[in-house]
Amino acid sequence: MYPIEILVGKPGSSMDNKTGSWRSDKKPKFLQKECIACNMCFVICPEGCIAGNGPNTYTVDYDYCKGCGLCAYVCPKKDIVMIDEGEEL
Amino acid sequence: MKKFVEGSHAIAEIISKCRPGVISAYPITPQTHIVEGLAKLIADGELEAEFINVESEHSAASVVLGASATGVRTYTATSSQGLLLMAEVLFNIAGMRLPVVLTCANRSVSAPINIWNDHQDSMTVRDSGWIQLYAENIQEAIDLHVIAYKVAEDKRVSLPVLIGIDGYVLTHAFEVVDMPEQEMVDRFLPKFDPVVKLDPENPVSMGLLGAPDVYMETRYAIAKTMETALGVIQEASKSYSDVVGRPTGGLVETYRTDDAEKILIAMGSVVGSIKDVVDELREKGEKVGVLKIISYRPFPKDAIFEALKEAKYVGVVEKAVSLGADSPLFAEIAALLYKRGSNAVVNSFTVGLGGRDISSAQIRQIFGEMEKDETDTRFIGLNTELLEA
Amino acid sequence: MAGVVADPKNHLMASGHTACAGCGQAIASRIVVNAAGKNTIISNATGCLEVFTTKAPQTAWRVAWIHSLFENAAAVASGIEGALRYLGKLDNINVIAQGGDGGTADIGMGSLSGMLERGHDVLYVCYDNEAYMNTGIQRSGLTPLDCNTTTSPVGKRSYGNPRPKKPLLEIAVAHNISYAATASVAWPADIEKKVKKALSYKGPKFIQIHVPCPLGWRFDSSLTLEVAKLAVETGLYPLVEYENGTLIGVRKIKPKPVEDYLKLQGRYRHLLKSPEALEEVRKVAQANIERYNLSVG
Repeated sequence: MYPIEILVGKPGSSMDNKTGSWRSDKKPKFLQKECIACNMCFVICPEGCIAGNGPNTYTVDYDYCKGCGLCAYVCPKKDIVMIDEGEEL
Repeated sequence: MKKFVEGSHAIAEIISKCRPGVISAYPITPQTHIVEGLAKLIADGELEAEFINVESEHSAASVVLGASATGVRTYTATSSQGLLLMAEVLFNIAGMRLPVVLTCANRSVSAPINIWNDHQDSMTVRDSGWIQLYAENIQEAIDLHVIAYKVAEDKRVSLPVLIGIDGYVLTHAFEVVDMPEQEMVDRFLPKFDPVVKLDPENPVSMGLLGAPDVYMETRYAIAKTMETALGVIQEASKSYSDVVGRPTGGLVETYRTDDAEKILIAMGSVVGSIKDVVDELREKGEKVGVLKIISYRPFPKDAIFEALKEAKYVGVVEKAVSLGADSPLFAEIAALLYKRGSNAVVNSFTVGLGGRDISSAQIRQIFGEMEKDETDTRFIGLNTELLEA
Repeated sequence: MAGVVADPKNHLMASGHTACAGCGQAIASRIVVNAAGKNTIISNATGCLEVFTTKAPQTAWRVAWIHSLFENAAAVASGIEGALRYLGKLDNINVIAQGGDGGTADIGMGSLSGMLERGHDVLYVCYDNEAYMNTGIQRSGLTPLDCNTTTSPVGKRSYGNPRPKKPLLEIAVAHNISYAATASVAWPADIEKKVKKALSYKGPKFIQIHVPCPLGWRFDSSLTLEVAKLAVETGLYPLVEYENGTLIGVRKIKPKPVEDYLKLQGRYRHLLKSPEALEEVRKVAQANIERYNLSVG
């Protein structure tokens, strides 16, 4: 019985916790039409779950997205929109 | 090496020989001479360590917590109110399994404010998860500090250790002691090798939130580790004794208890006074002895019962109270004897609070009163005039 | 930040944490740790950030991180720094202490002051969401004037919190530290710049970041950045920068009416019906504008 290990967290292990299940109302849709790869969505996403490499490549990981809507707010090109959770992407 | 030295300076010197990397403390009487001594050793270049002067005992404990978590050997010292201000951090240090070593220059607690010795301060944090060792004299205080680091940093233990040293009685007294050489301490005490530490190369998180699904196991683990620590303390005491060439440490010390009908139990410097009275009464043919508890946490139940099992009368003499209940050590001794089917008469005697002198006459009085079975704690040495207002 | 590959694996605070949707503190703390880089050790005070990132056995952090108690993040960081100094590793590792407004300006004020005074090579970051959010929106020393919280409630005899914010930045600056600044989650690049600048200095440094809380302030989670921006643009949250005790820069604004900021938030709804109380808040903004000369032109 080693008593200390249960008290220590391995780096980034919160990834096991899929917070996307919290989303109830809206989800973001990345249109990938006007994107200029400014990275603002990547930087401000509170979940840190937006990825991309170059214009019109950005996506969100719905496993973690809580649907806050800040990526749509911050996008200077309005290339991210919030849609109903049930709507097709 | 034999030398005539003040208790606090002896502790400073032996701590220095244990080579801590970070020391942090806040001044409180009667702890001050210890940390002043360490500060001077660092100022003179005799000890390579960071001495961090802080704005409170809460921060002193927090500093050594942070430093210990970074993988460095640490030391702090305090007393009384200082220990109480640290209390929150003490639980945290133990919960995080950090092998900090702390000297508590035992002192009463306020109000009324009182700077003299008793054990109420460290008794208050007895359930914090710290190992607690109590010294009878300056020699033992020296030895227990070295043993403390060995036990604390043992990977089977990884818990902090508090060493209780009676304020003034030991901290400010002079004694001829055998001070271990640096080479002996180095031989006994390897470099601190932490199991987990804050390190960008292996960036773990420490101090997580323990919800009901994990919390209880963390407490169980400490409880079980305390049992393991009983063996580790004995082991460390044995190997330290081999290095210094004289017996020292251990969980308890028995003094003339073998055929004793009456045994007093005590911790700290009062044991020395009791030993003198035991010798005196033995001269008169009385079968008396004293059991010194060195390790209060973990509580060495087997060793205590072994020493007491033939006794008819057991008296617990303590410099502490549990206001509204029986004194703490008595409650634990009584429970132990009851659970193991002893028929001994067990009584509780509280003495010496707030530095009240404990005379030989009082100890003789206690031996005299041991046969009278009373349910409540008896306060010995009260000035009844003060109570008749 | 444009031009950088947007790879979540490079975030030093991972996904899967349990902050509320739209949490300003989650945004700011990730920007801070990303700016500091992986050679960083963080000492985190008790609070939302600690709870939502480190529920055992998981952690969102990809840097060495420790949480001890509510009021001692600065003291624990002092110990970490002392240990690194002893080990000769301080030149290569950043030490950051961080906490919320209560953990910093109230219960942790003593340990913060001690850390700043002793000159430890540590950056302290205060995430200011203006109340005790983790315990349920109670008033702190950084709660603004006339703000409705659960312990400074609006009532027949109350407009909410009766006191203005404690001047935390000025208190930090008064310790003669090398760098101190305020920042806002509405300007992520500014946070990054200030963190990097702070870490380029030896000794203690302090950054206070305004991080709106959708739940506690009662606004929609998509408005976190808008609310943060308006706090600055109304003069209620001046963004300023001090080096060695000297004011070296402020974010200039064309002051907007404070109502623009207040009306977005449930915690200020009562003010819009109370011209007198509203005037008091306007005075706070005006005093900031004059003190720091915030107005453009």
